[in-house]
Amino acid sequence: MTKFQINRRSLIKSGAAIGAGLALPTIFTSSARAYLNEPKGGTVTLGFNVPQTGPYADEGLDELRAQELAVQHLNGEGDGGMLNTFSSKALKGNGILGKKVQFVSGDTQTKSDAARASAKSMIEKDGAIMINGGSSSGVAVAVQGLCQEAGVIFMAGLTHSNDTTGKDKKRNGFRHFFNAYMSGAALAPVLAKAYGTDRRAYHLTADYTWGWTQQESIATATEAMGWETVNNVLTPLASTDFSSYIAPVLNSGADVLILNHYGGNMVNSLTNAVQFGLRDKMVNGKQFEIIVPLYSELMAAGAGANVRGVYGSMNWNWQLQDEGSKAFVKSFGEKYGRPPSNSAHTCYVQTLLYADACERAGTFDPCGVVDALEGFEFDGMGNGPTLYRADDHQCFKDVLVMKGTDNPTNEYDTLEIVEVTPRAQVEYAPDHPMFAGGDLGACNSGA
Amino acid sequence: MLGLSKKDTTFLLVVIFLTLATPILLQPFPESSALAQFNAGYPDLMQRFAIFGIFAIGFNILFGLTGYLSFGHAAFLGVGSYSVVWMYKLLNYNVVPGLVLAIIMSGLFALFIGYISLRRSGIYFSILTLAFAQMSFNLAYSVLTPLTNGETGLQVYNNDPQVLMSEGSPTSPHFFGIVMNEATKVDVGGWQFTFSNGYYFCAIIAIIVFYLSLRIFRSPFGIMLRAIKTNQTRMNYTGLNPRPYTLAAFVISGMYAGLAGGLLAAMDPLAGAERMQWTASGEVVLMTILGGAGTLMGPVLGAGFIKYFENIFSKINDNILHSWFSALPDGLEDFVVFVFHPFIGKGWNLTLGLLFMLVVIFLPGGLIEGGTRIWNAITGKNRKKKREDAAHHPKPTSHVN
Repeated sequence: MTKFQINRRSLIKSGAAIGAGLALPTIFTSSARAYLNEPKGGTVTLGFNVPQTGPYADEGLDELRAQELAVQHLNGEGDGGMLNTFSSKALKGNGILGKKVQFVSGDTQTKSDAARASAKSMIEKDGAIMINGGSSSGVAVAVQGLCQEAGVIFMAGLTHSNDTTGKDKKRNGFRHFFNAYMSGAALAPVLAKAYGTDRRAYHLTADYTWGWTQQESIATATEAMGWETVNNVLTPLASTDFSSYIAPVLNSGADVLILNHYGGNMVNSLTNAVQFGLRDKMVNGKQFEIIVPLYSELMAAGAGANVRGVYGSMNWNWQLQDEGSKAFVKSFGEKYGRPPSNSAHTCYVQTLLYADACERAGTFDPCGVVDALEGFEFDGMGNGPTLYRADDHQCFKDVLVMKGTDNPTNEYDTLEIVEVTPRAQVEYAPDHPMFAGGDLGACNSGA
Repeated sequence: MLGLSKKDTTFLLVVIFLTLATPILLQPFPESSALAQFNAGYPDLMQRFAIFGIFAIGFNILFGLTGYLSFGHAAFLGVGSYSVVWMYKLLNYNVVPGLVLAIIMSGLFALFIGYISLRRSGIYFSILTLAFAQMSFNLAYSVLTPLTNGETGLQVYNNDPQVLMSEGSPTSPHFFGIVMNEATKVDVGGWQFTFSNGYYFCAIIAIIVFYLSLRIFRSPFGIMLRAIKTNQTRMNYTGLNPRPYTLAAFVISGMYAGLAGGLLAAMDPLAGAERMQWTASGEVVLMTILGGAGTLMGPVLGAGFIKYFENIFSKINDNILHSWFSALPDGLEDFVVFVFHPFIGKGWNLTLGLLFMLVVIFLPGGLIEGGTRIWNAITGKNRKKKREDAAHHPKPTSHVN
């Protein structure tokens, strides 16, 4: 047994040891380079960071399928998919800038920390020059911040929160997916047409950033048409049973229930609401209706028959009949035997857009790529003419308003397209209050 | 040296050597070889080894010594991270004020939670700590969003005050000018070694806190904690009140966790609420048990193992498998890939779970016990030798010493 005591001599000794240890790394100097992870050999590495475990694992695996397909097409394998319909012809099917495309994949676990760890290992260990993927806004914002600090490009996957290109926007980050504001702007007129302008809406909202921005967007858009927002109740993220939240809806005098939920939350809350017989009720002399502002194929499949007739919005759907969508659905279907989801589509398109930007810029330097993507107008990627706005790195394109199919013919036929809302209707000013407070900053090439 | 016995000094020197040489030891395969996939010597992972090592060392002071199983240590990890990021936002990117605040805040937090939870022992204690941690997580995730930025995680924005920020100061975490995410790459033959400032910063702190924990283990206070684990009732009968000791152990291990959380934010300036989730609390329990609870080195090994699987195995995908086995005939290649497929990529949890089961069943003392057995087999020490700090077989101590 020894006593814990520090005397002058041992203090000096240990102090010297610590000092020497701290100084050790600085005796080396970092080697000069043009930018971080500059591809030197005949290959270039992209990092696909998707949730492979956790609540959005299905979405993540679908994204990974699409990303693999994109790499094949970039390398000139397969039928080329959207490369044939893409308005920019810079890509020639010989990789990017003549370098063969390789990829590494990682698991975000839908946790900011794990996602950043995985992205970091791609950047530090595998030399990835671009990170793509993700299935939640929290992860997207976290990884976008990391890519900005590290000096690589981030091409966001599925992220719907206004913040991604609002207060959390970054110069090195780009979002092709639509956002909550656009959902509201696209849905509101369709809802007014279907349900009238004199409705009283009750919101159930997932209690975190995405839920709030979506609730705010939808409430603003519907109130502009004359709807009244009766109440907004925040539900904890971990809830699996929403019965206790649904019961008060009936007594509130509301005749529309808006579920600002995603993933498992949405499947459960919608199922509860339908089981309570809300949709059979007549309130204020009107049929009670339910709305799910953000849809995904996988959620619709999870909710089964409960989605029938329920309105929502999407970024893209495999049933679209333009040339780009058809080409993509065909090559995806041939490879995997199923139609792609809208998260798969956005990751596929983002990968091609990145590759195209490198070709047009003539370099992999992130700052060059940023210049090439900012203000870029393109077509043939499934959403009609699209603009990558320079002010906030948000894509502006048509938005789909969807409805649960009444008589599904097969297991993938869960949603039908009600309207393709034109781009002009969902545009907003870069300094719109819902997106205010952010700053793109300067591009970072990690040099 | 430093108040340690000769044996402990050697032990500490070995630990110091291993820690400082980690960037070389973890990079056993040349860059061009197919096995380079298994290299772990990149800054982020090495930093995690050191940080979660600290976390596990601290947890072990509570669990390994007193036997109190806390399921809520992630809360302190989160508190530490938030403290550091807030210091970035208010002052500047120097990590020191943040780390100091992290230790103080997590200490206070631990004092509060410990004071209440330690009124019960055993499973009730575990449940209480779990409840507090989940409460903290939910608060951080939604209710306290102005303080924690909720789901998105707390980050530094360009319009934050940062009052101490001057023109030339670094724009990422640094220790008086030594920027954490800067690294030096050294190419030796086919190998590439990355010496990262951040890693060495964590490593040196890890060595210091390892030394502290060594002193605690060997101190009268440590003996008292062991006595609580061995037989608390008997301690009560002898007129000793165990609660101040357990509370002190709880606060110390909470401060370790806070320091680890602070270091996470010092390496990567973001604090996410998931850091407080019960899975994170469970993880440190797994680390400690996997490595060997109650041993000094075990928890660090366990932390390394789990982080290695999470970061390396999750990144192996089918393409990589195909490239490894491409020498095999086509049918056989597909078959081998099919067999390995469930264990890699999204299946990293499964691999880790299997490993955990094997360890718990065959090596109740954790990886350390495995190491000891191998060592004894090599050196031929098969005679029954007393194993130090064997958590699962505490020897009865005589009442009169």
